[in-house]
Amino acid sequence: MHLTPTRRTLTALALAAGLTAFGCTGSTPPTHGVYMLLDTSGTYTEELGKASKIINYLLSELTAGDSLAVARIDSGSFSEKDILARVTFDNRPTTANEQKRGFMRQMDHVAKRVRPSRHTDITGGLIQAADWLRETGAGTKTVLIFSDLEEDLAKGNVRDFPINVKGVHVIALNVTKLRSDNIDPREYQKRLDHWQARVEEGGGTWQVVNDLDRLTQALKI
Amino acid sequence: MSTTWMIWPGHPGPSLLIWAALAMMALYLARVPAHLAIRAGARVLTHAMRLSARSLMHAQERLSERNRDVLLTLGEQTVENEIGRELQRVRTVVARDLAAYPELHRILSDQITHIDEDYRRATDTPPSPPSWLRSLELMKGLVAQGGGDSVVVDVLKAMDHSLDKNHREAMAEYRSQSAKRHAILTKMMPFWRKVTGTLEHVNRTVRGLEDRSAHIDEQMARYTEMRSRSQKAARMLGASQLTQFFIAGLVLVIAALGGFINFQLIALPMSEMVGGASHLGSFKTSDVAALVIIMVEIAMGLFLMESLRITHMFPVIGVMDDRMRRRMITVTLSILGILACVEASLAYMRDLLATDHEALTQALAGIEASQPEFRWIPSVGQMVMGFILPFALTFVAIPLESFVHASRTVVGVMAEWMLKGLAFACRLTGNVAQQAGSVLVTVYDLTIFVPLRVERWIAASAESRAMSRPKPSAPHP
Repeated sequence: MHLTPTRRTLTALALAAGLTAFGCTGSTPPTHGVYMLLDTSGTYTEELGKASKIINYLLSELTAGDSLAVARIDSGSFSEKDILARVTFDNRPTTANEQKRGFMRQMDHVAKRVRPSRHTDITGGLIQAADWLRETGAGTKTVLIFSDLEEDLAKGNVRDFPINVKGVHVIALNVTKLRSDNIDPREYQKRLDHWQARVEEGGGTWQVVNDLDRLTQALKI
Repeated sequence: MSTTWMIWPGHPGPSLLIWAALAMMALYLARVPAHLAIRAGARVLTHAMRLSARSLMHAQERLSERNRDVLLTLGEQTVENEIGRELQRVRTVVARDLAAYPELHRILSDQITHIDEDYRRATDTPPSPPSWLRSLELMKGLVAQGGGDSVVVDVLKAMDHSLDKNHREAMAEYRSQSAKRHAILTKMMPFWRKVTGTLEHVNRTVRGLEDRSAHIDEQMARYTEMRSRSQKAARMLGASQLTQFFIAGLVLVIAALGGFINFQLIALPMSEMVGGASHLGSFKTSDVAALVIIMVEIAMGLFLMESLRITHMFPVIGVMDDRMRRRMITVTLSILGILACVEASLAYMRDLLATDHEALTQALAGIEASQPEFRWIPSVGQMVMGFILPFALTFVAIPLESFVHASRTVVGVMAEWMLKGLAFACRLTGNVAQQAGSVLVTVYDLTIFVPLRVERWIAASAESRAMSRPKPSAPHP
């Protein structure tokens, strides 16, 4: 194919621009996706007040283009129905602020209507969280598990298989000690080790934050 | 640890000694070529370094010459411009004030003629006494001496009486004329003032011209010195350029800070226009857009200053005809005005966004949003700043031009220093290499001192043997 000098120059310029754009895209700062799992089983519902503070903190820190979802952990958590609220913030700051206000109102409304569940399906919630975060296409994916990490599956639920949480940073928050942990503290450590192993085998990273003041450093938003 | 190197397995000490002896022997055998190689290497390095130093010094001299030429040409150009401007001012003064000199001269002549006429009219001419008054006095004396004829006495009395009367009338007339003359002199006063004012104006103009001509003389002296390419002129210009460089640099830093404030004013609201999540490389698109607006403002400022012929960075604009330049001024000013309005509105938008964000943060923290008093003051302040900063940034063109011109000299001088430093380093390396060759030869000999000592001992014993052997007797003839 013969190219005139003008066309050749334009093609070269377009190529240069394309290469520059491609080169630049590589270093684009990522958007953040945060999925928060709230344990609603048994006495853990008493801890939900702390969760609302964390959600408000997340709302103040996340910016345009970031995504946030809050879901509950109940008897069967691998379900869209368990997502209490979700949002991807608009590019325009004013609209994003309105979305944050709406999210806050929605969470206030939901918090009043949460009923304690009979079982705790953390694995299902984690799989659901990883799926949703992948869908958003966020650059950094974080799952916050607000639970005592004691899984109590309903009869018939199969969860003893490797989970895929590749590229997801899982943070266990406010992991309260159970009565049995006080009898044998090794139980508590065993529980944490079990979840860490599952997450890391699934390609994710694991962190435990019990002091909520340190959440700021852990989140890296 | 590996033991393969041990000649005598299990005995590292003796093995090491054997290795050392072997190495020493090898070094002893290779002594002469090794010395030659070391000396040749040192010589090559020394020559190469000296050659490099010479080349660098030569380059430095050429650069210095070129820098001097550039500096003097720049100085000449500046002084030429200054002289041209002074001459232009002189021309303006002459055209404005002294071109009308014939007219002024005519006015002055008229006024002087007028004053002269008035002065003539005001000349005091006292009434001259009648010529026969003396004769009459003599006759009166004669009558008084001789008793005289009564008729003559009567006649004389009558004459005396009429004379008195005439005298009084003449005096009255004289006073009346004097009053008129005084009136004329009073009328002359404004003319005098006019003449004084006119002459003072001329005096001022001429004195101004004298000052300007003195300044032109100074500039001409500088120009002549530059034309003679003297060292003094180059030194003075260099110092002046360095001062310009630092002053312009300082002003540019201040302008950059102004630009940064401007950027802060418009970057956040820009995300409302171009989106807050899109990125160009690692930069937010909104930040890039804000930066582009500021850059466009600075570019418009440059064009405006260029069109006004305050700066001379773009010859294309400088040589445009006046009509085109005026159009350009209008266009750049309009664009700047529009951008200033855009910035003012963006600054207001920023304030609204900040308030909204603050309210949201308070709501998320569970605090009731408060409305502080005098909230409008920072809003108005931001808007005013947003409007003024684009125009203020326009003036960046002036220090920028000075900086660019001065940096040519400064960069040249820095390059000279760098070349000088490199030449010094090369020369130093050459000398060090030369000395290092000798040191290495000595160190080499030090490592093989045992075989060398043996060699000397053998040589000495051979020599002593040769000395002790009896010399063969000379053959008999």
